[in-house]
Amino acid sequence: MLDGATEGYTTADGRKIGGVMMEMKNITLRFGGVVAIKDISFDIREGEIRAIIGPNGAGKSSMLNVISGFYVPQEGEVWFRGAPRPAMRPFQVAQQGIARTFQNIALFEGMSVLDNIMTGRLTQMNAGIAAQALWWGRAQKEEIENREVVEKVIDFLEIQAIRKTPVSRLPYGLKKRVELARALAAEPKLLLLDEPMAGMNVEEKEDMSRFILDVNDEFGTTIALIEHDMGVVMDLSDRVVVMDYGKKIGDGTPDEVRNNQEVIDAYLGVSHD
Amino acid sequence: MPDQFLYAIEVTINGLMAGVLYALVALGFVLIFKSSGIFNYAQGIFALFAALTLVGIMEGQVPFANLINAIIGTEIHGFGWSVPAAVAIVLTIGVMVLLAIVVERLVLRHLVNQPDIILFMATIGLAYFLEGFGDLMWGSEIKTLDVGIPQGGSFWIEENTAWLGGDGFYGFFIDRLDITASIIAALLVTGLVLFSQYTKQGRAMRAVADDHQAALSVGISLRFIWVLVWSIAGFVALVAGIMWGSKSGVQFSLSLIALKALPVLMLGGFTSIPGAIVGGLIIGVGEKLFEFAIGPMIGGATENWFAYVLALAFLVVRPQGLFGDKIIERV
Repeated sequence: MLDGATEGYTTADGRKIGGVMMEMKNITLRFGGVVAIKDISFDIREGEIRAIIGPNGAGKSSMLNVISGFYVPQEGEVWFRGAPRPAMRPFQVAQQGIARTFQNIALFEGMSVLDNIMTGRLTQMNAGIAAQALWWGRAQKEEIENREVVEKVIDFLEIQAIRKTPVSRLPYGLKKRVELARALAAEPKLLLLDEPMAGMNVEEKEDMSRFILDVNDEFGTTIALIEHDMGVVMDLSDRVVVMDYGKKIGDGTPDEVRNNQEVIDAYLGVSHD
Repeated sequence: MPDQFLYAIEVTINGLMAGVLYALVALGFVLIFKSSGIFNYAQGIFALFAALTLVGIMEGQVPFANLINAIIGTEIHGFGWSVPAAVAIVLTIGVMVLLAIVVERLVLRHLVNQPDIILFMATIGLAYFLEGFGDLMWGSEIKTLDVGIPQGGSFWIEENTAWLGGDGFYGFFIDRLDITASIIAALLVTGLVLFSQYTKQGRAMRAVADDHQAALSVGISLRFIWVLVWSIAGFVALVAGIMWGSKSGVQFSLSLIALKALPVLMLGGFTSIPGAIVGGLIIGVGEKLFEFAIGPMIGGATENWFAYVLALAFLVVRPQGLFGDKIIERV
């Protein structure tokens, strides 16, 4: 299905997928003696929805943390847009246009929904301290522009009703949605979602799936996500990486992965006799 | 109006003025506590160090003069020039920013994700280090600080309020230094509130205060924000140092004003800027009025302990303070 590294492909529903945006080359991550990720390589292409799946403890979140700079792998390289990425801190990765959400939700609990989403715009604000103090006009203009983007995201995710509510008062499902909103406010090139649907009921999952597809469709955002719900993963994603015990055991379209014997074994168990 | 009542008003006004100065010190604590969860024990020493540096620069002292003389055997003490107050203040701000950078690099950076108590202990160490360092740099003798703030009672207010009472009343006595301090504190607080609400760095500061991991994920550099916050706290310490230093000289006891800030914080809440202000005013007015009304009955000197008793009473009724974040654990 994939030919050259720069050539794209067309999905079954007719979406054009571009060249390689991010490439993980032989990534190995260790915590002391524990190997969390063992020599894994895969790529993420412009405009695609890429899923990383695997049983608990397979190293999926670690992988996402490597991409977003929270973990630094001992071996291997991360290539972004055709060049190897130097060791970066998480805030620098964010400034490159890679936004993320967390498995356990990391929101600013003391702030309102609106303020939380506004922090997503911090990477887009350019006026320095002095400029903001002395050149009030420009800072205000910037603030208004940022507000417009944020309002668009709020409309898009249908959370108008809770914009002034302090985040600490929101139920779990809405918090997840606010976290997605904050990531979207950065207008990211690559969006990383760590279990966006964990702990949600069927209705909330359907909503979230719709939002993920719409984000990809309307803004052309590339998305890499980790998810446990197999049905959701197979419906949403263009290509899937399967991990087990820190190793990659499968990579391909949902159909290819579904029929991969090693993947079936990892998920259903295999008798050793 | 009966004179006794007029005196009570005068005491209240002076209490408010003293309260502003307490609030100024408490503000430095709140800023750092809000953004990094650290109770900065060294805040009082910061004020002393800032005032020492300011005097040193203004009078053209050679830093570490005693040390240099002892080692090389020279007899230098001053450059022989004096620096205008405004320039010296700007230079001192520079020194405080430098101090913030050094603190971040040598202390905070290595203690990321450590329990709060470890960071608290580190600030105690910092306080003792800075105390000795300040002495070594500028000498330990008592210095007078005069940056041109008018001092002494305001005759204008006295003359224009004398008619309120009878022959025995000569008008309200209010120190001009206190008036100046109140105005500056009001400006400082307004500026800080505007900064934290409406600027990019202010928003980032609040974000870091709330959740480090989330802050990183939206592209905020923790190190930059820490340096920024400690610089601002250093600046606030400088303002407090100037006010208290002008009032009672620059000496070690200046750092003890931090102890006055503790009850203010308990009253106002450790996480609230308005809380620091209101807490300061309540303590200021409360201790002066208590001394005025009850003091003579129990032998006076109540100002030394009244603030702490008030704070203790508050701890029983409202442990988070007047404006502090309520601590609720969801079970």
